[in-house]
Amino acid sequence: MKYIIAIIQPDRLDEVLEKLNEKEIHLVTVSNVMGRGRQKGIAEVYRSHKEAGCLLKKIKLEIAVNETYVQPTIEAICAGGRTGQIGDGKIFVLDLNDCIRIRTGETEGIAIG
Amino acid sequence: MIKKIKPGLIALMIIQMAGMACAQDASAPAMPQISAGDTSWVLTGAALVMLMTPGLAFFYGGLVRRKNILSVLMQCFMILCLVTIQWVLFGYSLAFGPDIKGLIGSLHWAGLSGVGPGVHAVYMPTVPHQAFMIFQAMFAVITPALIIGAFAERMRFLPFCLFTLLWLTLVYCPVAHWVWADRGMLGTFGGIGALDFAGGTVVHINAGMAALASAFVLGRRQGAPAKISPPHNLPFAVLGAGLLWFGWFGFNSASAGSSGQLAASAFVVTHVAAATAGITWSLLDIIFNNRATVLGIITGIVAGLVAITPAAGFVTPMGAIGIGIGAGIVCYIFVSVLKPFFGYDDALDAFGVHGIGGIWGAIATGIWATKMVNAGGANGLLHGNPIQLWIQIKAVLVTIVYSFVVSFFLLRLVNLVCGLRASEESERIGLDLTEHREVGYTLLD
Repeated sequence: MKYIIAIIQPDRLDEVLEKLNEKEIHLVTVSNVMGRGRQKGIAEVYRSHKEAGCLLKKIKLEIAVNETYVQPTIEAICAGGRTGQIGDGKIFVLDLNDCIRIRTGETEGIAIG
Repeated sequence: MIKKIKPGLIALMIIQMAGMACAQDASAPAMPQISAGDTSWVLTGAALVMLMTPGLAFFYGGLVRRKNILSVLMQCFMILCLVTIQWVLFGYSLAFGPDIKGLIGSLHWAGLSGVGPGVHAVYMPTVPHQAFMIFQAMFAVITPALIIGAFAERMRFLPFCLFTLLWLTLVYCPVAHWVWADRGMLGTFGGIGALDFAGGTVVHINAGMAALASAFVLGRRQGAPAKISPPHNLPFAVLGAGLLWFGWFGFNSASAGSSGQLAASAFVVTHVAAATAGITWSLLDIIFNNRATVLGIITGIVAGLVAITPAAGFVTPMGAIGIGIGAGIVCYIFVSVLKPFFGYDDALDAFGVHGIGGIWGAIATGIWATKMVNAGGANGLLHGNPIQLWIQIKAVLVTIVYSFVVSFFLLRLVNLVCGLRASEESERIGLDLTEHREVGYTLLD
């Protein structure tokens, strides 16, 4: 089992979710996050006082999958999230020790889907 | 803390009672008839001006950080309550009561005794005296509320309440008396003849100078100016600016004390000056920051409204355009250039917009005023009467010096008695939680 974390552009979320749907990956957690990478921020101005604006709004996706779904998930996120510009984000893949469905107590691979 | 203050207040009462003995009763017999139209406009105006303080609360509230929004809203609403009670108990009498040597009103009208029924022959003679009193109460409310902009995010609540009451009594009431009261020393009822239609000196310069004094006495917020986060909710500030603009029609137009031509003229120039200053600020933003900003246009609009306030009953719409352009430019320079240069932390630019806008407006009144608009006023510089400009400058200087000096010492006094400034930890956590045990926004449901 893997735990996939993806940081993407906020305006690519719909596209990414659609691509994940096409690959039958429905279970996903989405959060609003702030961060910075090579893109850097856009400076803001308030009454002529300039804010450096070094953090940008991003979307974080978290998806837990069985091994067979790892590659399709990554492909879907890349397909939906890529604009070709700096700032498209990153995908991190982590090993996942266990997974328990709270309602039934099922564990591991059965619980994950 | 209260025990330490009491002797001072008692001493003050004694001084005023002594003054009463030699006071002359200025209220003439109430002969003129009450006009229904005038009365309804002044009462509507009072309600409009009342709404400006909640509007200001949201204007300021949107500009502070999210951890301090409730503290600003709370200060504004507590001022609404506190000032109202002070006003009916003795504030109105000090400001507008029977004159003592042009300096202050006596306490003859304490508790509003003798204020109505009927009219006052000098103050809005076709309107019930009580209507004039409550209209003026709303001005007394918003003036100390304007000062909040300078000391926002770092003043403790109880010392703030104490300062507000002292300031109202020792600064607002005397200055209102000088400029607006029958036989006040600066005004047009037996004073030097300074024109202030709706409060350029009494409200805006007065509050602006107190704001500057409080920025000096309290010092900068931690991390100011570089490490202060941007406004936490600009839409709130825009909403607040909208309410201020709306309420300002009551502020300026109902100051005519009637519902006729003068009220209409004041209404029009108020609107024109606000619009002009909003455009001016946006243009300056485009020139110097490459973009027109939302905070810029609403700041410009408020600056324009401030500047037209003293002039509202005396200038033509073309004069209002001149005043609006000037307001946009001088306030922009103070807020964007001089504040960073001097480094004082006038957190939300109460001095930069109200103090400077008020000074510009009061002086501009001496430039653009014309008797064609208001036969009861005076001609200004552009209409062949340079003396009026000098009279305006004198009133401005007196107000600047008095307000700054007395405010400064009152702040130092309250600081000595009970400590104005929130602790470092409290400032870091935010005043909503530390002063009021509430938060404006929850993270979860």
